[in-house]
Amino acid sequence: MSTVKIPPVLRQAAGGERTVEAKGTNVGEVLSALCEAHPAIGKQILTSDGELHKFVNVYVNDEDARLMQWTDTPVGDDDTLLILPAMAGGQ
Amino acid sequence: MKLSPGLAETIIVHAREEFPNECCGLVAGRDGVATRVLPAINTEGTPFMYVMDPREQMDLMEQIEDSGEDLLAIYHSHTRSAAYPSKTDVELAFFAEPLYVIVSLQDENTPVIRAFHLERSAAEGEQITEEPVDIS
Repeated sequence: MSTVKIPPVLRQAAGGERTVEAKGTNVGEVLSALCEAHPAIGKQILTSDGELHKFVNVYVNDEDARLMQWTDTPVGDDDTLLILPAMAGGQ
Repeated sequence: MKLSPGLAETIIVHAREEFPNECCGLVAGRDGVATRVLPAINTEGTPFMYVMDPREQMDLMEQIEDSGEDLLAIYHSHTRSAAYPSKTDVELAFFAEPLYVIVSLQDENTPVIRAFHLERSAAEGEQITEEPVDIS
């Protein structure tokens, strides 16, 4: 299982945990498993269609997953993911 | 949220420095009282949008947590519109707990600071809740 680091502002949605374990062979599978285990996180980071919001950043071992294969980026047991929803907006 | 006049001024000065582009940053605090303003970089650098640099965002959030403070608010400026959340502000409000503080420079001589809880997944009409800002 991969380790997913939860930033402070999402911890309440993850039951207060700093890190959680989630199963999957790529970023998309790990995030699906995470959102299934912690629906409150899914509510925050997924669109109404169940897709990962384009303003949510994901890092795999500190590398931007978008610069790799995005949700298809392969991950293993030793990998650490960080989910970081953007702080963004506009008038 | 209680904000000292000095910290309110820090936010206004940041907004003016970045004008005509939007500024953004974080407000740390304890028990609803702001203790620090942490200006951040708007990677968009436009008058219409702010996106905080993600690495800086993470660093600042961890800095606040490590110091035992809370992330009280995420702030940004509206340079040409009122201090009220736009549709985009609501759509991109991923954080339910911290307040979203908006400083408006629409009237450049009279900046306005207001704060809101934003709930992007709530039903329409229930996404925006204003919270009083006590500047004293």
